[in-house]
Amino acid sequence: MKELQVKILKDKIFKVLIVSLSLISVIPLFIILFQIFKNGIKAINFEFFISLPKPPGEQGGGILNALIGTILLLIIALIFSVPVGIITGIFIAEIRNKFTNFLRDFVNVLQGLPSIVMGILAYLWVVKPMGHFSALSGGIALSLMMLPLVIKSTEETLKMLPFSLKEASYALGANYTSTVLKVLIPASISGIFSGILIGVSRIAGETAPLLFTAFGNPFINMNPLKPVESLPLLIFKYAMSPYENWQRIAWGASLILILMVLFLNIFTNIIIEKWKKS
Amino acid sequence: MKTDKIFKGILWISGFFLFFIFLLIFVSLFKGSFLSIKSFGIGFLFSKEWNPVAEKFGMLPFLAGTLITSIIALLISLPFSLSIALFLGEYFKTGFISRFLSYTTDLLAGIPSVIYGFWGLYLLVPLIRKLEMKLHVTPYGVGILTASLVLAVMIIPYASSIAREIIKLVPRDLIEAGYSLGATRYEVIRKIVIPYSASGIFAGILLSFGRAFGETMAVTMVIGNFNFLPKSIFSPANTMASVIANEFTEAVKDIHLSSLIHIGLWLFIITFLINFVGNIVIKKFKVNERITG
Amino acid sequence: MRKIFVTGFLISLISGSNLFARVELLGAGATFPYPLYSKMFDVYYKAYGVKVNYQSIGSGGGIRQIRERTVDFGASDAFLSDEEMKKFSSPIVHIPITAGAVVLTYNIPGNPELKLTPEIIVDIFLGKIKKWNDEKIKRINPGINLPDFDIVVVHRSDGSGTTFIFTDYLSKVSKEWKQKVGRGKSINWPLGLGGKGNEGVSALVRQIPGAIGYVELAYAIQNKMPYAIIKNKSGNFIKPSPESVSLAADIDLPDDMRISLTDTQAEFGYPISSFTWIIVYKDLSKAGISYEKAKELVKLLWWMTHEGQKYCKPLHYAPLSKKALKKTEKIIKSIVYKGKKLLE
Repeated sequence: MKELQVKILKDKIFKVLIVSLSLISVIPLFIILFQIFKNGIKAINFEFFISLPKPPGEQGGGILNALIGTILLLIIALIFSVPVGIITGIFIAEIRNKFTNFLRDFVNVLQGLPSIVMGILAYLWVVKPMGHFSALSGGIALSLMMLPLVIKSTEETLKMLPFSLKEASYALGANYTSTVLKVLIPASISGIFSGILIGVSRIAGETAPLLFTAFGNPFINMNPLKPVESLPLLIFKYAMSPYENWQRIAWGASLILILMVLFLNIFTNIIIEKWKKS
Repeated sequence: MKTDKIFKGILWISGFFLFFIFLLIFVSLFKGSFLSIKSFGIGFLFSKEWNPVAEKFGMLPFLAGTLITSIIALLISLPFSLSIALFLGEYFKTGFISRFLSYTTDLLAGIPSVIYGFWGLYLLVPLIRKLEMKLHVTPYGVGILTASLVLAVMIIPYASSIAREIIKLVPRDLIEAGYSLGATRYEVIRKIVIPYSASGIFAGILLSFGRAFGETMAVTMVIGNFNFLPKSIFSPANTMASVIANEFTEAVKDIHLSSLIHIGLWLFIITFLINFVGNIVIKKFKVNERITG
Repeated sequence: MRKIFVTGFLISLISGSNLFARVELLGAGATFPYPLYSKMFDVYYKAYGVKVNYQSIGSGGGIRQIRERTVDFGASDAFLSDEEMKKFSSPIVHIPITAGAVVLTYNIPGNPELKLTPEIIVDIFLGKIKKWNDEKIKRINPGINLPDFDIVVVHRSDGSGTTFIFTDYLSKVSKEWKQKVGRGKSINWPLGLGGKGNEGVSALVRQIPGAIGYVELAYAIQNKMPYAIIKNKSGNFIKPSPESVSLAADIDLPDDMRISLTDTQAEFGYPISSFTWIIVYKDLSKAGISYEKAKELVKLLWWMTHEGQKYCKPLHYAPLSKKALKKTEKIIKSIVYKGKKLLE
């Protein structure tokens, strides 16, 4: 009898432990979100969105250059990573041999590469040959990080499609190319799209690859061949500065960045839910 | 037929393109580090002097900084990650609280590194400083401890999602068999689930370690930027990633830049190996599941 | 309707960002003059519509970027030695813009104004004086309540001209420093935390009780941090200011303006003063920029050394003296494009 009681006690204690540890782990999230909201909201006003940063020591200023720069970088990253990623994803999903198995492993490895290494690579591949810093090099560094995500989500979505879909297409007389492009891809569009969204929300917050590629710019720049500012770069610089005005802006920018990530997250979840239902 | 040939050709080209990128990564890093490799050889890994003035460079302080922070972060986060995995896998598989925890862990995973660093710098560092002043240690605030704490919070969602995947694969009938024999949940977990998924969990630990190893921004902002071997947990330090972030744009001498790229090469190699091994173990685990499960 | 709106928005955005016209200049380097330069470039843009994108990454970074021609101009508070200049693909010139003071700023309760001597400074940065209430510091600061705190040294982690100025001074006043550590932009510091840029050092000193670091005067003042009064060669304790820096700069100047102002002979000059320079290629056609850009660059340099000088004093930098300006004008006028002079 006593043994049984001990067993039950251990079981209860363990459950309490597991539940508490789990719930404790999300406390940092709420602390971070709360602090960012509290400090960030103070910085947000109309000026914040439409003006450029002010020199140190002066009040006011905004993050327009960083907002536009972030969008520019994302567009460049998407241009480089989405078409290549989808085609490679199709390749890995459709062709089965040792080579594609190796590629699959490599994609996993690429995903785990430290972001600073991407920055070094983009510097060696783009900045040095071009002779100067640019949004292009930053976008390419970011696309290296997006690529594995696009490839994987394409591959996994394709794998999950029922084989009958393919068979039906062949039965109707379509060739391989049309089957893939007109049947399989459209059917996997939500999965691929959510993979892209996850990628975007990930690289929107990346700083390390941009330190020595995009370089930064206190003005608005939409020219991919020139340096550009981005939200996380700005946050990094201003957070580490001693100027209170800049720190205030950094809080505001962090709030915007977190809201972007949150929004993308929710949007992605909605899409995945919808896709699962169909 | 012809379009199919062209199309398949394009697919193969993209595959080779990917392979080419892989080679190019390695070659570029190697070429960039060549000057440093030539000057220092394998001693680079074990030399603890990083002296831009005397042009002597060694990686040991940063290797130590990276290892120490990653290991401490792993140790701190492990109980939390496993708990989340068990919470979602065994105790609350469905329901409001399950979705709540699931969403919040995903959100934690999505917070950008620079924001973790910002938070660490303004909220954690002053706390650590107060602690250090109480312990009569130099109140840097920044350093190994702070960096490890921030890292731990960052890898919890990552480690827990891998653990969740692994635990999901434990065959239900084994678990049911345990319950039908009268075991408590604790016993089932301890004696069936954990031992069964041991290799998978080990791989998860390895992959989380790899993740912590390469983490850059958050660490750069709170580690204190100190290019020597750390002497204590309160000591400031630098990791392989953070020293590159700090010094890359400013290295004036070619040998300095080459040594930084050299560190990048090693970062690449080490994280490559860790991820490669970790993924293989997980694949084996999954394959075993499909065969026996 | 929506299409019109979207197109209109895009057009205004593109024209607002000057995608297709107007010269833009890119520079990088010293953090020492950053508060001044960022003010100057902000004013210049509003006055002339020319955007100057300056990234303060440290003098070392500025030198490297201009050497590799990834920027149009570099900025450094450490002038290049003959050897370093040889590494450039084509000759360069140093254009002094202003002079500033490297001050010792610190964080102790009450933030009192402290007196320091060269010997004490050397000993602090060598780790020999470890506590704020050390006898040596107390002796020359009677009446000030010095705390029993550890001294936390903060230095620069990046390739820094400010470090060069500071270590140049230390090497001049202490043989021991000269031997053990020496002067340079990147030093093997015996101890202390590394901050990135003048900003990083200021931020760290501001937050850590007991910290001491070396920063440009503007940073200390803008962040309301205290700074030390330092004993100079003539034995006077001098407070850093544009005036005491100007006194230190009032010496015989070489034609190429490459000169150190530290440990000045001037009776009331501040001992850790220095010029800060903008570095460009003498023949801008070799810099990889267009003729149009070269003209704008020289215009900018002329403006910075003339009309722009009025922004120096309010930001606590010393404007160029008449003597210095004369020599500087000669240097700017000597800048050419494919042999042709750019400025008449």
